[in-house]
This record gives sequence, C-alpha cells and structure tokens, in this order.
Amino acid sequence: MLSVRSLSIDFGAGAARTRAVKDISFSIAAGETLALVGESGSGKSVTGLALTRLLQEPPAVYSGGEILFEDRDVLKMSPAELRRLRGGKIAYVFQEPSTSLNPVFTVRSQIAEALSLHRPEVRDIDAEVARCLDLVGIVDPSKRMHDYPHQLSGGMQQRVMIAMALACHPQLLVADEPTTALDVTVQAQILDQMRVIKQQIKMAMLLITHNFGIIGGIADRVAVMFRGAIVEHGSTAEVLHNPQHPYTKALIGCIPQLGQRRRRLTTIDYSTLG
Amino acid sequence: MTTSSQDWLTQSFLPIWLPNLAVLLGALLVALLVWQGNRSERWAVAWRRLRGDRLGQVAGAVAALFLVVGALETVVYPTDTGSRTVLQLLLSGIPQEKGYSAPLATNALSVSDPKPLLKRHLLGTDALGRDTLVQTLRATRSALWIGGLTSLVYIPLGVLLGILAAYYRGWVDDVVQYLYSTIAAVPEILMLVAILMVLGKGLGTMAIALGITGWVGMARLIRGEALRQMERPYVAAAKALGQSDWRILTRHLLPNVMHLIVIKFVLGFSGLVLAEAVLSYLGVGAPVGTPSWGAIIDASRSELSRDPLVWWNLAAASTALFLLVLSLNILGDALRRAFDPKSNS
Repeated sequence: MLSVRSLSIDFGAGAARTRAVKDISFSIAAGETLALVGESGSGKSVTGLALTRLLQEPPAVYSGGEILFEDRDVLKMSPAELRRLRGGKIAYVFQEPSTSLNPVFTVRSQIAEALSLHRPEVRDIDAEVARCLDLVGIVDPSKRMHDYPHQLSGGMQQRVMIAMALACHPQLLVADEPTTALDVTVQAQILDQMRVIKQQIKMAMLLITHNFGIIGGIADRVAVMFRGAIVEHGSTAEVLHNPQHPYTKALIGCIPQLGQRRRRLTTIDYSTLG
Repeated sequence: MTTSSQDWLTQSFLPIWLPNLAVLLGALLVALLVWQGNRSERWAVAWRRLRGDRLGQVAGAVAALFLVVGALETVVYPTDTGSRTVLQLLLSGIPQEKGYSAPLATNALSVSDPKPLLKRHLLGTDALGRDTLVQTLRATRSALWIGGLTSLVYIPLGVLLGILAAYYRGWVDDVVQYLYSTIAAVPEILMLVAILMVLGKGLGTMAIALGITGWVGMARLIRGEALRQMERPYVAAAKALGQSDWRILTRHLLPNVMHLIVIKFVLGFSGLVLAEAVLSYLGVGAPVGTPSWGAIIDASRSELSRDPLVWWNLAAASTALFLLVLSLNILGDALRRAFDPKSNS
C-alpha cells in the first residue's frame, strides 16, 4: 500500500544544508504495523511527516526518492490531492495531546470538522462522533463530546485525537510518539486500545517511537533509524531477540527490566557507532 | 439651533436618506448577529454567563444608550427649514441663550450684563449659548462614527495582514513587515494631517486616515500572537487532517487570536475618540459645526483661565468620553470572559 523508495530529505540551503533523512526505503502493507524506532533527531518524525508532504518547504527539501501511496507518488501530487490524502487516507496522531486539539472548540465540533472534510456523506453527525469516541474507549461519549479540550485529562485528549484520526476511515495511521506524554498506566491502556481498534477496522499503522519497550505487543515489523538512516529492519521478534546492529543492541539494552537487580542503565557510546 | 454640518453624513451631494440607511443596516446587522448567535451552543453559554455578570450588564446598558443616542443623531428627517436629526427634533424645546451660563443658573454668566435666562440648563451653556447637555449628546455621533468606521477599516486590514504574514512567512511576511515598518517610521500626526489635507475634512475621511495609520499596531500584535499559535501542534494537526490554508486561517488561527482583537478594539476606541480631539485642535478634525467631544474640549480649553471658571463644557464632554470608554472596556472584558471556553460556567 505504502512504499518509500530511497527517500532523502535535506534541511536548509547552501553551506548550512544538512541531510536529515538519508536514502531510506521501507513499505507497509494494508493492515500491517511498522514501528519506526530511533532516538531524538534520528529523522523518524521527519519521515512520518514527509509521507503526506507536511514538512514546511523551505527549509525542508525533498532531495531524492519517491513515496508511493497506492502506486501514486505523493511528492508529485497537487495541493488539493494532498489535502484529500491527509486525514482521509493517511491520518496522524501526535505526541502532545494537550496542544494538538484546538482550545476554543468542543470535541464534537473538531471531530465534526474532520468528518465534513473527508466523509461529507455522513448525515447524523452526533451519532457518528459518539461512535468514534466510543471506539476509543471514552465513557458516556454523547455527553463528553460537548467538552472543551481543557476539560479532559491527557489520556482522554489523546483518545479524542485518535478518535478524530479514525473518524475519516484512514488506511494508514501515523502515530508519532502517541503515548510519550502520558504516564505509564495510561500509555498501556491506549496502546492496548489501538491494537484492538486496528484489528477491528483493518488499518495499517506507522508507529514512531523512541521506546523499544512499547512495540512488542503491537508492531509486526521494526525499522531502526539512526542518524537519518535505517540501520536495521526486520520482524519485531527477530529484532528484539536477535539485534544485529550495535545501535539496536544499545537501544534495547537501555530498557529497564522488571525483576532485574538494580544496576546502572546502559548508556550509548556513540564513539563506537561510527 | 441649525448647524451647517459639512461632514459626509450630511453633504449635499449625498442623498439625505444615506445615514438613515446606514443606521437601518446597522440595526439589521445586530439583529442578524443575535439571531445567528441564538442558534449556536457557544453563544448560549455566553448569554448565560452574561446574565450572571451584573457589572457587564450595566456597562452594556450604558454602551447601548450611547449607541441609541448616536443613532438618533444620525437619522435625519426633512423639515421646512432643512433637514434635522431626530435627536435635534426631540431636544428642540431647549432654547439657545446669548452666551455662557452655569449649570442650573437663572442668569447669564456675564458680570456686566447678567440677563435672566430663557430656561434653566442642567449642564449650563457654551460660549454661543447652546445647551451643553444637548451638545454633548449630539457629539456622541462623531465619537461613535469615528470609532466605528475607523475600526471597520483598521481591524480587517490589520488582522488579515498580520495573520497572513504569520501563516505564510517568507516573502508575504517580508512585504507586510516592510509596509508597516514604513508607515510606522513616519510620524503619525504628520501622516494623518497629510492624508486629511489630500482627502479633505470630514468624519469619513478622518476614519480612513486613522485606519490607514492604525492598522500597524493591530497587524504587529496579531502577527506576533499568530506566530506563537503556529508553533502549537493543533495547527500542524489541522494541516495533517487535510484542512485547506483558508480554513486553518479562519477556523483555527482567527478564533485563537480573537480575544486580542476584542481587547485592541475596545482600548483602541478611546484612542480614536481622543485622536479626533487632537485633529480638531490641529484644525483638520471634524468640520466646524459638527458637534464632537474633541471640539468641545478644544473650545473649553482656553476658558479654563477665566474667572469665574467655565468648567462645565470640559467636564461634560470629558465625562461622556470617559463613560463611553469605561463602559466599552468593561463590556469588552465581560464579553471576552463570557466567550472564553476556559472560564467556569
């Protein structure tokens, strides 16, 4: 469904030009979940945003490669086609739920807006909004949808963001650190919910995270990004249990293990990584 | 009590029903707004909050009173001796004296010739013997038209340019910044006088001149705030949802800078009324014969050294100005609170 071929992205111009994403390739089949793992600045979020050409140009420059979604190159699409793609075919959930919702509108009106953009055929807006909120596990959705974002907790806000993304029946959900801003118990609930929903509606997902700990139960395959390049790529079990690249080994070594004797957490020695 | 008003509202080449039409359209607009608002959930909440806000209600009533007085002075009515405003007709029972008289005095304020007055005047009379209260009320029209018309010019201009500059950045931002830096670099009074010299005196041209110089502050303010809002992820989220630029501008950025627009409008209103006074003092303000608080304050300025002191004209105009500005301030604040989703209902 989605296939990225030797994509490169630069930032800036002239001497200050730096390559943030170096010649990466990956693909996601319908209904599949790919986890893109890497540390801050490794280019994983840039890659996620590039899928629908959301990076501000300039400073961003798409300097090479192609992004094929359903056999069409996203980089060659017109602005109107891109708008139909964004939200309609490829939807996003971002890291900061508290600021990703517009503070001056109710939850209902924000989801209704998404519906009016990509599913104008929906007649009973209230019922559809309630159904979406119910899907992400919000209790009493017909009442909650009249709340403003600030009246909801962080976990609820992120559920609303997911509901808004799902409202338009996307084929691919790009979840960019969806649980990083949440505490661990809420994080587990949300991830669990996402896995259930994904199976229900057969949607593909690109899960962008720095945390190897959360991908185990949810991702089919893993791509590890380091300094703008994909250094390791394989099935989740394979990568988790038998990492090949030293950076992957180091990242996995950073995860604190339950029941282990107290020891200092592993740090990554960049001088050995080249 | 005839006036030779030469401002645009009564200029001979304009049909006399034009100001009436303007008032009618204004009233229709207010009615439409209330009708539209009644159907929206957000307005319902705002109304409920306003009902619990006693101070806001008082301010609203005072502002509405000024609005009614201004409208009455705007609507003209043809008579045998030329057209008069409705307010003039309503107050035509109050006679004109020969000169100054103190509030509620029975004799004219003249040491040599203290003639008895035709009638007592609640707030006294001015140098020409005109009732101060009537003049002050009539001057409401100038204040409201200056404030209102100028706001109609500078707010859309400033908001549009500011928000476009913040949203598109790049060359759009450069052009907008270049424009407002250039205008800001010219001394404001000089600019105003120059524009008024070219366009001619009148309330309408004064509003245009003040609007041309006034959008700079608004554009700067909105650009700054919109830049800050652009950094917030909900804008990126809106874009990621496939919303068009125009929708993001109007649905996401505009509502989030609206509070600044309301505050700036309310605070700017008083500045505009005062600017009219300054321009009157420079001789490029409202044409002679158009009652305005600026003109009244300007005329009574030289009377402050008189003995006995003639203070009532200055006091009446200043109090009216103060009341209008204060009520608009409180009303603006009450509206902002009523519409703010974050305040408690």
